[in-house]
Amino acid sequence: MKPERALERRRFLKGTLGAASLVALSGCDNLTQSSWFPGILGKAERLTETVQRAITPRDALAKEYHAADISKIFPANGNTDPGTEEYAEHVAQGFSEWTLEVVGLVKTPRSWSLAALKELPFRTQITRHDCVEGWSAIGKWTGVPIGDLMHQVEPLPKARYAVFHCADVDDEGIAYYESMALADCFHPQTILAYKLNDAPLDIPHGAPLRLRFERQLGYKQAKYVTRMELVDSLAGIGGGKGGYWEDQGYEWYAGI
Amino acid sequence: MAAPIRFRDHAVNSGVEPVPTAELPASATASANDRGASSAPSVERVYRHRLPVRISHWLNVPFLIILIMSGLQIFNAHPALYWGDRSDRDRPLLSMRPMQTDSGEIKGITAILGHQFDTTGVLGYSNGMGRGFPAWATIPSGKWLAMGRQWHLFFAWLFVVNGLMFMAYALASRHVTRDLAPTKRDLRSIGKSIKDHLILRHPTGEEAKRYNVLQKLAYATILFIVAPLIVLTGLAMSPTIDTAFPWLLIMFGGRQAARTIHFIACFSFVGFIVIHVLQVVLTGFLNNIRSMVTGWFTVRHEGASHEA
Repeated sequence: MKPERALERRRFLKGTLGAASLVALSGCDNLTQSSWFPGILGKAERLTETVQRAITPRDALAKEYHAADISKIFPANGNTDPGTEEYAEHVAQGFSEWTLEVVGLVKTPRSWSLAALKELPFRTQITRHDCVEGWSAIGKWTGVPIGDLMHQVEPLPKARYAVFHCADVDDEGIAYYESMALADCFHPQTILAYKLNDAPLDIPHGAPLRLRFERQLGYKQAKYVTRMELVDSLAGIGGGKGGYWEDQGYEWYAGI
Repeated sequence: MAAPIRFRDHAVNSGVEPVPTAELPASATASANDRGASSAPSVERVYRHRLPVRISHWLNVPFLIILIMSGLQIFNAHPALYWGDRSDRDRPLLSMRPMQTDSGEIKGITAILGHQFDTTGVLGYSNGMGRGFPAWATIPSGKWLAMGRQWHLFFAWLFVVNGLMFMAYALASRHVTRDLAPTKRDLRSIGKSIKDHLILRHPTGEEAKRYNVLQKLAYATILFIVAPLIVLTGLAMSPTIDTAFPWLLIMFGGRQAARTIHFIACFSFVGFIVIHVLQVVLTGFLNNIRSMVTGWFTVRHEGASHEA
């Protein structure tokens, strides 16, 4: 073949491939921006949840590691300081006035001071934190099993979800919140932690109280928890998707 | 006008589909064969790919493209790989990061096992932004982790269902044992086959009717090693699945190791696809495409006087 023809052919091939990939990519981008397509993609979440719940024993524990496995640096993601005046005051007081309220669809709403929570039976677990971004870190968490708190407030039969309201707001003033299925509150490793690696929780990691929900991704692990609310529907809370990140397109069921 | 060449039609693999008798004007093949052969060359049509295989094959084209490109989007959220269970950020196996030089210029630096490469414009830094893979390689093209996950986790289901259906069919129909498993003779001829591939000499005649040994090994590796590996390592990244099947973490050496293997398996697919498409083009593009669309593959038997 003559060199010019080879060149011409190569140019043609390159052009065709480039155009094809551009069409495919812009096609995918158009679908992403469409009103209907992300709704179809979202159906996978329900399927994933159904299958994962069916094959995972209810009380199966997430792997617990040894002290030697603990990450030297445990990165803090998301909000690393609520930055409100109210929170600054709590910091100044050493969180002595911090309370956890449990309200909503329960027989006996209650609140606990941080000191009272620390008096309750606790659980310590060295677990792996899997961020949605892809990285993992291992830390030792100590806190109160939420199941114990549930036994004290007695959820009503209607209650389906536990919503965690937090003290942090984003730059636009939107409050952070998270939620989980009520059944997951009774998992032994689901705790409200007040210690990381044997030290009181620091501000970047959610002082003084944060959620550990070990079988799901990092963005479910709400920090700066002030209030738990049991509800029968997530509609009407925040953006209605069950959490700050969920309202921005992340899955509510964060098992994968 | 020369006499028409008769096709010796027969279905090699299956009696399910009709066996057409077709004739083609000699002009279509005459020029290639008109080299003074003493006996007439003939063109044989063989039924090479059965319908379930063809469907499964073509479904995988969009599925894999979407999975690879949305996977790169997800990778871009933390463009670094590690071994073991945790990410020790000072010791990545691979990372793609923007870095500022002394002159203030930003470069994309890819580090593999401590060795740094300048990959500005493609990896680490492209289009004026710090990002692992460039916009043209990801779905969506912009940085959007939540949407990349939506695409990836939806098409992952389709890929798995398609794969399981193919496996069931391939085993039940004996496609695996008959067409994909290399025979002892195949394995003995592996050296010759490698040489033939390197000089781009392709099997003709009877030999072209079945997969050659490298082809068999490539298909079998992708189907039975890389594809299951990419699914299992994907599952091993799920904290819930790790709880249900703790052996996954043991098998792959930790969640971050699973993520690294997932990435390597992804690029094994990319490598396979590049070579596969190249071979399809080199060994008779239209014939190959036709056989994967209709099932029918054309094999040309040269006349006796000019053996290859």
